[in-house]
Amino acid sequence: MSGAASGRGEAAMVPQVDFESYYGRQIIKTPTWKTPDVPLYLFLGGLAGASAVLAEGASLRDLPRLETVARGAAASGAGLGTVFLVHDLGRPERFLNMLRVFKPTSPLSVGSFILAPFSPLAIIAFGSKLTGWFPRLGRLAGVGAAAFGPALATYTAALLGNTVVPAWHEAHRELPFVFGGSGAQAAGGVAMLLVPIDQAGPARRLALMGAAVEIVAAESILRQRGLAAEPYETGRPGRLMRVARSATTLASVATVLGGRRSRVLSALAGATYVAASVTTRFGIFEAGLASARDPKYTVVPQRERLRQRQDASAKMTT
Amino acid sequence: MSLFSDIFSEGRLWGRLDDVTGDAGYDEHPPRMGFFTDTSVCIGCKACEVACKEWNEVPDDGYLLTGMSYDNTGALGASTWRHVAFVEKPFETVADRPPQGPPVTDLGMPGVGPPAREDTAAESGDGAMRWLMSSDVCKHCTHAGCLDVCPTGALFRTEFGTVVVQPDVCNGCGYCVAACPYGVIDLREGDGRAFKCTLCYDRLKEGQTPACAQACPTESIQFGEVSELRLRAANRLQELEDQGVDVARLYGADPDDGVGGDGAFFLLLDEPEVYGLPPDPVVPTRSLASVWKHVGYAAATVAGIGVASFLGRRRP
Repeated sequence: MSGAASGRGEAAMVPQVDFESYYGRQIIKTPTWKTPDVPLYLFLGGLAGASAVLAEGASLRDLPRLETVARGAAASGAGLGTVFLVHDLGRPERFLNMLRVFKPTSPLSVGSFILAPFSPLAIIAFGSKLTGWFPRLGRLAGVGAAAFGPALATYTAALLGNTVVPAWHEAHRELPFVFGGSGAQAAGGVAMLLVPIDQAGPARRLALMGAAVEIVAAESILRQRGLAAEPYETGRPGRLMRVARSATTLASVATVLGGRRSRVLSALAGATYVAASVTTRFGIFEAGLASARDPKYTVVPQRERLRQRQDASAKMTT
Repeated sequence: MSLFSDIFSEGRLWGRLDDVTGDAGYDEHPPRMGFFTDTSVCIGCKACEVACKEWNEVPDDGYLLTGMSYDNTGALGASTWRHVAFVEKPFETVADRPPQGPPVTDLGMPGVGPPAREDTAAESGDGAMRWLMSSDVCKHCTHAGCLDVCPTGALFRTEFGTVVVQPDVCNGCGYCVAACPYGVIDLREGDGRAFKCTLCYDRLKEGQTPACAQACPTESIQFGEVSELRLRAANRLQELEDQGVDVARLYGADPDDGVGGDGAFFLLLDEPEVYGLPPDPVVPTRSLASVWKHVGYAAATVAGIGVASFLGRRRP
């Protein structure tokens, strides 16, 4: 009954561990959240939240093309994200039950109360900007969306962190920065793709800084978390994480070298940023699923925790 | 930040909590009820599984053979609220057997391979098995991850201190599934909503015993007040130790463990993971304060780099 680990034909990052299990079956359930609904929602929430901040800055600095694109990204990200979120429910017709109670212990409840005001505010702000109707109301809505934006871009990390899924829970300190940085990178990327370079300066800087935050946070997951980091390095999620990191780095180099001069390079770098941000979310999502399916990730760290506690209490009694 | 510290403090989200029902808002309430499952007397008959299905009208979850043991149920799930784990653990040599462990008995059950000669099998130890059977169930945790994270309020704490899903409220978001350290609750395919053991909430309200405990022929499943069951479990452990059974241990009975103690706890004869139970389960919300704190820092970072993007020359 001793479970052999891995078996996916890849070099193990952590030495093989012996542990017991019930016929090798997983202990915790695999999250029922669907692919691509939930990883796409994670991406769109990050894009929308950071875009709302970018739009407000553009409005203050009088960069109308940037403002329109960023407001559009915020509105469509929130709208489309809500569609994916509702579609993921087992009973989509009951999505309004999300607003039945407010529970700070449930990141999904808190998130619903962030998304619920954000979406209409972002849509009003975009609609007003497009049509020119109710400019003051539109502006006010934009300020409101920008206020909720950073929370929308990062709360999804609490959603994953506050589970028993080993890869997500062990990374709960870093994931908010990965998601926030990845969201900023996506918001900057969309604007770089769609806005002329003379107005896209803030978008380039946002993407560059977001990418830096994201890469540092993702690297620190791999450096610090031992066995819990393994799902981020092996198998399909490992490949997704590596592709995302390479693409982010490539886009950043292109942005620094030619983002200000070449419209084509700016657009290519922007698109690469967006693609990398999507890939990151799929990588993190699937790493969590992989860590839930293998009892090793549940049993071994818990055994180690028990052993340390027993050692500590043995020391106290002697 | 007093609200913050009140919500995220020890006792509310983790650690010892003596009156879980009172904490949930019931001023006057019956005592906390639960199960003590003594696996040392479980015979693996699965009457509990059947009684649970029948009483609660839980649909079948497929007629599949697992091919791993006499356990064809596999695991707890949306349509399996009692699961009898069936562990066949061979002793490779006679010396391998714990000298004072539970006696190895040939039950005459069919096995794989040629039958061992009757007169020598028991002495040589060839093919000798320890059979471990355990009826698993929802633990009705003091600090229940599923209940903490449910965004709709479909999951609630009953007046008996148990944790129950309201099917008419659940919208199938699946957060509870990812928040249960024991892998108990799940979404039912084709239905979309989450289901799990209710500790027969309907029977409890009528003063009756839950169906599984009622059906158990060996009193392996004992139902009662949690405070009394904890005493009973401690006594049974002592009794077994006095008989020389040194492999017995209680699981989930400690109110200071990672979930504040289980409302349904166990006496096991091997490590928990051998039965498919997590060795040191912790409610995910124990880290909630840290989770929100880091989200806060990260949100501030996003706002900060947003502002920083507009600093500097106006038209670069």
